[in-house]
Amino acid sequence: MPTARVGLFVTCLVDLMRPRIGFATLKLLEDAGCEVVVPDTQTCCGQPAWNSGDAPGAVALAKKTIAEFEGFDYIVAPSGSCADQIRTEYPGLFADEPNWRDRATALASRTYELTDFLVTVLKVDSVPGDYEGTVTYHDSCTGVRSLGIKEQPRALLAKLKGVSLNEMNGCEECCGFGGTFSVKFGEVSAAIAERKCDNILASGAKAVVAGDLGCLLNIEGKLRRMGDETTQVLHVAEVLAGQDNPPGPLSRKGGDGSSPTGSAPGVRGPLWGGPAAGGA
Amino acid sequence: MHFKANVHAKLSDVVLQGNLKNAKGKFVTRRAEAIRDLDDFEGTRDAAAAIRNKVIDNMDLWLETFERKALDTGAKVLWAKDGVEVCRLVIEIAKRHGVTKVTKSKSMLSEEAGLNHALEAAGIQPVETDLGEYILQVDNNEPPSHIIAPAVHKSLDEVADLFHKVHGTPRKTDIPALTREAREVLRAHFLSAEMGLSGGNFLVAETGSVALVTNEGNGRMVTTMPKVHVVITGIEKVIPTLEDLSTLMRLLPRSATGQSISNYFSILTGVKKPEEHDGPEHLYFVLVDSGRADVVGSDFHAMLRCIRCGACMNHCPVYQTIGGHAYGWVYPGPMGSVLTPLYAGLENSIDLPHAATLCNQCGIVCPVKIPLPDLLRKLREKQTEHGLRPLTERIGLRLWAWVAQHPKLYALGARVGARYLKWLAGDTDRIRLLPTAPEWTLGRDFPAPQGKTFRELYAARRSATPRT
Repeated sequence: MPTARVGLFVTCLVDLMRPRIGFATLKLLEDAGCEVVVPDTQTCCGQPAWNSGDAPGAVALAKKTIAEFEGFDYIVAPSGSCADQIRTEYPGLFADEPNWRDRATALASRTYELTDFLVTVLKVDSVPGDYEGTVTYHDSCTGVRSLGIKEQPRALLAKLKGVSLNEMNGCEECCGFGGTFSVKFGEVSAAIAERKCDNILASGAKAVVAGDLGCLLNIEGKLRRMGDETTQVLHVAEVLAGQDNPPGPLSRKGGDGSSPTGSAPGVRGPLWGGPAAGGA
Repeated sequence: MHFKANVHAKLSDVVLQGNLKNAKGKFVTRRAEAIRDLDDFEGTRDAAAAIRNKVIDNMDLWLETFERKALDTGAKVLWAKDGVEVCRLVIEIAKRHGVTKVTKSKSMLSEEAGLNHALEAAGIQPVETDLGEYILQVDNNEPPSHIIAPAVHKSLDEVADLFHKVHGTPRKTDIPALTREAREVLRAHFLSAEMGLSGGNFLVAETGSVALVTNEGNGRMVTTMPKVHVVITGIEKVIPTLEDLSTLMRLLPRSATGQSISNYFSILTGVKKPEEHDGPEHLYFVLVDSGRADVVGSDFHAMLRCIRCGACMNHCPVYQTIGGHAYGWVYPGPMGSVLTPLYAGLENSIDLPHAATLCNQCGIVCPVKIPLPDLLRKLREKQTEHGLRPLTERIGLRLWAWVAQHPKLYALGARVGARYLKWLAGDTDRIRLLPTAPEWTLGRDFPAPQGKTFRELYAARRSATPRT
């Protein structure tokens, strides 16, 4: 097939919290032969507004995103949640604006979550990662229940020789994040996360892997508060692209995952910081 | 309905937490097995949703048909606008027939109307005969925490203590023995009550019948032994035909308790005929609006499809974590978070539409395919439109959405935000107390960001390795 021109929707959480995932996504798409463009005016898909009852805000951000991305063959996001906002929710936002509804529908049909795109559209044979160890996969709610993302990440992880998958109990159960729910009802959110983390720990996996950064922040935050300092919390793009072993925190030097050649080999440290970056 | 205020107590209640964990396992596993054994679950769901849509799209028509048929069978049909009217009508019926004691099979509408309280005030004794409801009634009229398992929040030990106290019998912890004890107490009531009161799972328009789905046999005692039987149910419970009933019954017990069929399933039609030996001499239907008619044709129309199976709450991560009482009214879980604002007022249930992660577990288990997360989201929108959300939240959201429409400003905000969070984490990989969102760090850490935004790093990479 001719080179696909892909618009990378980075997502606001990846932009703010973990650029490494964005670069891993970029690498996976480029390695698979795509021409990837990152529109630099992109911000947020508008899901927080939509889910908080601010329909005008959601509509305005949808229009902005549609205008930025409708020129590409495909739109790919390293998130089931954001991809679903564009794919499932956008067309419904424009009940009274047929022109925008058509544009939203056209964009929706070309929008994919990363692993879904790699498997369903690109049908990739191999991935560049080199992770070794047992992982367990958390199916994020929107990905699995709205977009049907279940086998895609597992099929890709299976292409990594060193990875074995040990499914946790309740892998499709919510981790308790829920966007603004996590700050509106922090206690309930954290209590739900605890059940998820119990299942993760019981799986005995070295890393928990998922396709949505919101879930990962929640899970990592809960694991660490529970006293678990060893379980790695990784985005599936990092594992697949081989950028799961950052050499050190940015504040010291390098290692931001932005190197086009991938990360330098280094000690596998805690995810968000450097090697054995001190706990509290 | 102070949901948020209730949550903390529920989370720290060790006994409740154990009971919830136990209940979750049973409900979820049993339903999954029952659904697996059903041929074409998805097809049956579609058919069930279509049946319910057919009714609620033309509810007046089907209610008139039902009324006509019910009258033909010798029943009387009364209409109640709200809970106050329900209480008034039931008390009038009781007085007309000289009733001093009413045995009750489970009815959520009676909970909506506060009927027990009204009956007692009128000098009529209500006796709950569903075991769960009985337990709650003898425990100072505690409200139910679940629509099909009202006492699911209680442990065996709690019930053992309660029965020992209220029955004055030796304490026992054997479930069959406790059940027998309740049966012995209830037997005398069944024999002496002049009136039986039940809910109705479905009203069948073509025959004027009420269908009852129960597991303990008390429903049959209540509906056949006393000379008067009163059915109280919502106007949305009508369905066209017995054929439709069979379709819905393939889903209701399976979704509710994981049973292919409930222990008892009754289709009750009309009053006792001269040649019959049992059944009530007088049968009344009290059909209740209480906000339902206003939902017809609204954005929440689909909610009227609900058949009260409880699967949404059984599978809800929030319900599983805090139980039903925290929701503050009759209906808990996702269906309750939609119904309570609709029936009890948007302004009286500010937290409920937000008390969900929108994980859509409820949506995929719902036997009549109610898009519960969409309805919760829509309620959030209504709250915002009516200015019911806190001002800071509304301003915050609008400001954020405005900034997100201005890429340069947004990029600057993200740069500052990433550095601020990094600064909070210091040398560590986590933030223990997040001043901008302290709720997050109540029960977990907030991982530190990398420190620079993707946007910045990508721009740097582009300038370092120029491409064509």
